[in-house]
Amino acid sequence: MPYRIGKYTLGLEMPPTVVSYASVGSKKEGEGPLKDDFDYIEMDSYFGEDTWEKAESRIQREAINRALEKGELDPSDIDYVFAGDLLNQCTSSSYGLRELGIPLFGLYGACSTMAESLSLASIFIDSRAAERCAAVTSSHFCSAERQFRFPLEYAGQRTPTSQWTVTGGGAVIIGSRKKAPYVRAVTTGTVEDYGIKDVNNMGAAMAPAASATIQRFFKDTGMKPDQFDMIVTGDLGYVGSGILLELLEKQGLDIHRQHKDCGLMIFDRESQPEVQAGGSGCGCSGSVLCGHILPKIQQGKLKEVLFIATGALMSTTSVQQGGTIPGIAHLVYLSSEAESGKLPKQEQEIHCSCGGRKGKG
Amino acid sequence: MSMTPQEYESINQKYSPASKSWKTIPMAWLFGGLICCIGQALNDCYQALGIEKDIASATVSVTLVFLAALLTGFGVYDNIAKYGGAGCLVPITGFSNAVASPALDFKSEGLILGLGAKMFVIAGPVIVYGTTASIIYGLILYLFHLY
Repeated sequence: MPYRIGKYTLGLEMPPTVVSYASVGSKKEGEGPLKDDFDYIEMDSYFGEDTWEKAESRIQREAINRALEKGELDPSDIDYVFAGDLLNQCTSSSYGLRELGIPLFGLYGACSTMAESLSLASIFIDSRAAERCAAVTSSHFCSAERQFRFPLEYAGQRTPTSQWTVTGGGAVIIGSRKKAPYVRAVTTGTVEDYGIKDVNNMGAAMAPAASATIQRFFKDTGMKPDQFDMIVTGDLGYVGSGILLELLEKQGLDIHRQHKDCGLMIFDRESQPEVQAGGSGCGCSGSVLCGHILPKIQQGKLKEVLFIATGALMSTTSVQQGGTIPGIAHLVYLSSEAESGKLPKQEQEIHCSCGGRKGKG
Repeated sequence: MSMTPQEYESINQKYSPASKSWKTIPMAWLFGGLICCIGQALNDCYQALGIEKDIASATVSVTLVFLAALLTGFGVYDNIAKYGGAGCLVPITGFSNAVASPALDFKSEGLILGLGAKMFVIAGPVIVYGTTASIIYGLILYLFHLY
């Protein structure tokens, strides 16, 4: 059963296993540094459909079908699917997964959805509410641009702090098989808002949320950054990553050595300068997790990993009304071992100053 | 973490790269100027063909709007604007692009509620406030002529 560690973290007593996973990308992702890591790269950004929204639904379908295929599973073997995307009413998820007949929990966590869905799926497995669950997310550059910014052919220039929505997605199937990678713990984020209004600077809007969640994980568990091979954030990009490292350093946490960002891994800012500050979107952390990080844990190349997907929770309406951009970040502790002895056990009493939860500035 | 939005903004500024104005401003000048030169060349051609001066300049506008819409349709205009920036946005060609690009994007929602309704999503405010400004200007001019 999941058990509480401190105020914000849940330890998973019988760590669920990532049974299978698959990542999907498109042309630009296929030209980036992780081009060999995707399970499927579709060069046609319409994915054979006639609208961008249908293309994004197709990404989710491709991702989950490939994950099922790799795990030699049938949709009927999955008890619940947790899915979300960036579009209004999460249509990519509901349209993409409608043929599968799996009970669906639709989520909106913006770009943090991969960690949010993975957290919930893992909690369901460890609490024995399900045998196998799937966590699926997607994003599409064209559908996101159309919804949040300008038409695709509009002659505006992108600012240096803006980020490029990844056309891709990831699907993870979680079960209780005793095999790495394991999900050891999850830390759920709170909404953090430090007054950023620039919709072209998502990294800055999300960095405080990532900083808060990471600090809480270390405070709750008593673990140290040195115990991890990789602390990977979802899509903070160049700007947000710099801010995160400084915010954490001010709190006495140095993660320079372990920190990576999916938005900076998936694209090369030198050879793909149009991405500006890096990649973003649910599909950014989703495809990097499924294409790059999980295989490395499975192969034993990475042992202890913190995966923190970050989301910006504004809408076009809230931005036009002059609202600031709130951010959120959810953390998932992934490990190649089910019992590394580093995480506090259930019986152990945790001495934490949970009452000292400080309000934001 | 206790921090005011002002304190956070100063950290944000430290990591947010500024636009490369030393590059974007001269490029905007160059591309904007180039579009104006093309307009002037067209005007000269039309007048050489015997078209009256007033009609020639209207024809130039029509030609530039057509060319920009065509290039937008072919997916070329936004690529030119990657270099030209405001130089491609400010002239009449930018206005044409601002109408043609949402028309392309929203045709998937149908000819009425998609293309028809969303076509002026960017250019609409320009038309509304452009017309309003011209009315105010006209009124001021009228009042001055009275005295």
